[in-house]
Amino acid sequence: MSTDSSGVLAHHFNNMEQQQSTARLGMWMFLVTEALFFGGIFVAYTAYRIWYPEAFLAGSAKLNVLIGGINSLLLLTSSLTITLAIHAAHEGKQDALKRWLLATILLAVAFLGFKAREYYLDYEEHLIPGALFSKPISEGEHTKPSPAQDCEKDNVSAEHVQLFFMFYYCMTGLHVLHMLVGIGLISWLYLLAQRGYFKPPERYVYVEVTSLYWHFVDMMWFFLMALLYCAGPHTMAQMHL
Amino acid sequence: MSTISALHTTNHVKHAPHGASHGPANYLTAGYGWKSWLFTVDHKRIGLLYLVSVTAFFMIGMAAAGLIRYNLIDPKGMLPADLYNKVFTAHGIVMVFLFLVPVVPGVLGNFLIPIMIGAKDLAFPKLNLLSWYLYMAGAACACWALLSGGVDTGWTLYPPYSSRSHTNVAPVAVGIFIAGFSSILTGLNIIVTVHQMRCPGMTWFRMPLFVWAMYATSLIMLLATPVLAVTVTLLAVERLAQIGIFDPKLGGDPLLFQHMFWFYSHPAVYIMILPGMGVISEVITCFSRKNIFGYTAVAWSSVGIAVVGFLVWGHHMFVAGEGYYLAMVFSLLSMFVAVPSAIKVFNWTATLYRGSITFQAPMLYALGFIALFTVGGVTGLFLATLGTDRHLHDTYFVIAHFHFTMVGGMVMAYFAGIHFWWPKITGKMYSDFWSRIAAILMCVGFFMTFIPQFIAGYMGLPRRYNTYPPEFQVLNVLSSAGSTVLGFAYLFPFTYLIHSIFYGKKAGDNPWGATGLEWQTTSPPPTFNFNYEPVVTEMPYEYSLATAPKPTFSYSSNGEAVKEEEHTHVH
Repeated sequence: MSTDSSGVLAHHFNNMEQQQSTARLGMWMFLVTEALFFGGIFVAYTAYRIWYPEAFLAGSAKLNVLIGGINSLLLLTSSLTITLAIHAAHEGKQDALKRWLLATILLAVAFLGFKAREYYLDYEEHLIPGALFSKPISEGEHTKPSPAQDCEKDNVSAEHVQLFFMFYYCMTGLHVLHMLVGIGLISWLYLLAQRGYFKPPERYVYVEVTSLYWHFVDMMWFFLMALLYCAGPHTMAQMHL
Repeated sequence: MSTISALHTTNHVKHAPHGASHGPANYLTAGYGWKSWLFTVDHKRIGLLYLVSVTAFFMIGMAAAGLIRYNLIDPKGMLPADLYNKVFTAHGIVMVFLFLVPVVPGVLGNFLIPIMIGAKDLAFPKLNLLSWYLYMAGAACACWALLSGGVDTGWTLYPPYSSRSHTNVAPVAVGIFIAGFSSILTGLNIIVTVHQMRCPGMTWFRMPLFVWAMYATSLIMLLATPVLAVTVTLLAVERLAQIGIFDPKLGGDPLLFQHMFWFYSHPAVYIMILPGMGVISEVITCFSRKNIFGYTAVAWSSVGIAVVGFLVWGHHMFVAGEGYYLAMVFSLLSMFVAVPSAIKVFNWTATLYRGSITFQAPMLYALGFIALFTVGGVTGLFLATLGTDRHLHDTYFVIAHFHFTMVGGMVMAYFAGIHFWWPKITGKMYSDFWSRIAAILMCVGFFMTFIPQFIAGYMGLPRRYNTYPPEFQVLNVLSSAGSTVLGFAYLFPFTYLIHSIFYGKKAGDNPWGATGLEWQTTSPPPTFNFNYEPVVTEMPYEYSLATAPKPTFSYSSNGEAVKEEEHTHVH
């Protein structure tokens, strides 16, 4: 029975160890579900890539690897900062905890900023499946050929390249959604930290389970990087912000 | 067992914090008013929230089934063709996603798992409440879409038709997604609870078989549901963007949708049957007053069904353009599922052998389950065989097959469970007479409804058409007549169970003389389930021991419940 008076131990647990390992196992189980969720779309992507390899490489070649690379670095760093936040919470260092949580949030927001910029550049390049895909791009007086015309020149099916972009938007979109949830969770931790919720150091486990989720989102990004960005050949000309 | 009983009797009397004048407090009297229900984190109250909601959706699904059978009375159809399409889609979606998937995990799983393993609650009580709200949100979304305009694709939502149909496919997809998320969280909660919250002495191989079945079910929920979620998401995106992922016009592949859909939906039929099998193991042992035959085999067969169930989805696409060799592999693997299912049926039968069997309502439902599920399972083998499936695919034979497993199996098991644990949930006993009549009527109505469909399907009547050749009218009218009997039979429990809440006799803590921790606490249980610290010292079904509990409840000859103070012999 609970002899704890500070309210750290929830009513239905017998001891702190049980409560902490329950929280951890819960998050791992959730990540199992998430792995299958992303796994489903990866399988669909893989099937189409096996059927239409040239089109998928041509689509990948149109993506901006510079922004993709910067974003990879940002996310990797955010995994470090959230790990430092766990350490701070475990040691009971409230200021350091808040600092590292804030750093994680800022890195994540920077990621989303770059991602938004990238989507906008994609839009300018008419890399959107649908009518826009076959519309020539006007830049002042002269016009550039549409992505569909590029496909025709490279002798790949414009339909199949659009299929690649459907996957690009669905997969990165789902990832952005997971990022937003993660930012929400970490901001919630930050608010709790400000209110002194993490003063009992046993509560570090909530920072830990949030970090598990965050690492997972981070890891998914590297799968997307490999599947979407690194599949096709790239030139220096595409590396612009 | 004797240790626990001793602890129990000495401790539970002392514990009466509120409502001392009404006897010891229980979870029902712990709070009053709508807030005490809608904001509760007590797993037992959340179980009752599920009970009320799944009952409502069952009735909606039943109404749609009634319309289907009404339409098929006449060979020319009684309803307009497009309305018929919407009605059978609504029946499928409501029954599968809003009734069969959540029914036993939501109601009985929620209520019983923590008590059966000696815990105070599920591992994540707030998440549990969130699951119910997500379920209600998904259900509201789906029901709104189905009632305001409807969906005409069938519950399987196959593209390319579902990407072009001018009906509410996207809102239904969103509803299924949200309800799926609820089911994932329920599964997660149960898995973590079983791993983390077992009381001292409750080892894995002392767990009741219901808990094993729910654990296996939860694994499927956790692993399969996300694939459905991503599939319906892609379908919704395809519809909103009007650009095909599964549309062959753009090089997409509709068969890929079928693969992804059935990767969830085939394991999902085990989400819909495994919990029922768990219920049956509890009921059969109690009413034959015997230990389960082959506890370990029955426990592992649940996990076996969960694992093999993931490897058979391709048998839904035998005639949809799947490769021959792939089809052969899927056919063989589908046969393998019969093995763990047969292990269960044989073990239940062996448990009955030389048991002191009594035929109270839960047992009648359970025996009905064994009969109907066996027919459903064996006809599944016809469909898993490539040659016969060519002939039977997409006919009424398929409909009859899965209704035997889902309705004859899961719904019967659910009723067995509700009747078995009703005295624990409410503390009241229902009418013996009417409950037995209802169980028999359900079996009769069920056979009348679906046996003709086997015959019609065997003779080649395809499913999903609102009209049919006149020579099939006799079979269809028989089936419709049977469905009327079945529909009436379902209204019986609804009536006498509600009646029992107000007018039923007090059931006592252990009316059936069943083993298991849930029968050692009070009826209804207190908020934290036990007024003492439960400790388990033996296997779950020790009915043969001299210390085993004896039934404390019997009925007078006219079916009225009578509480017998000293009841020593077993019927």
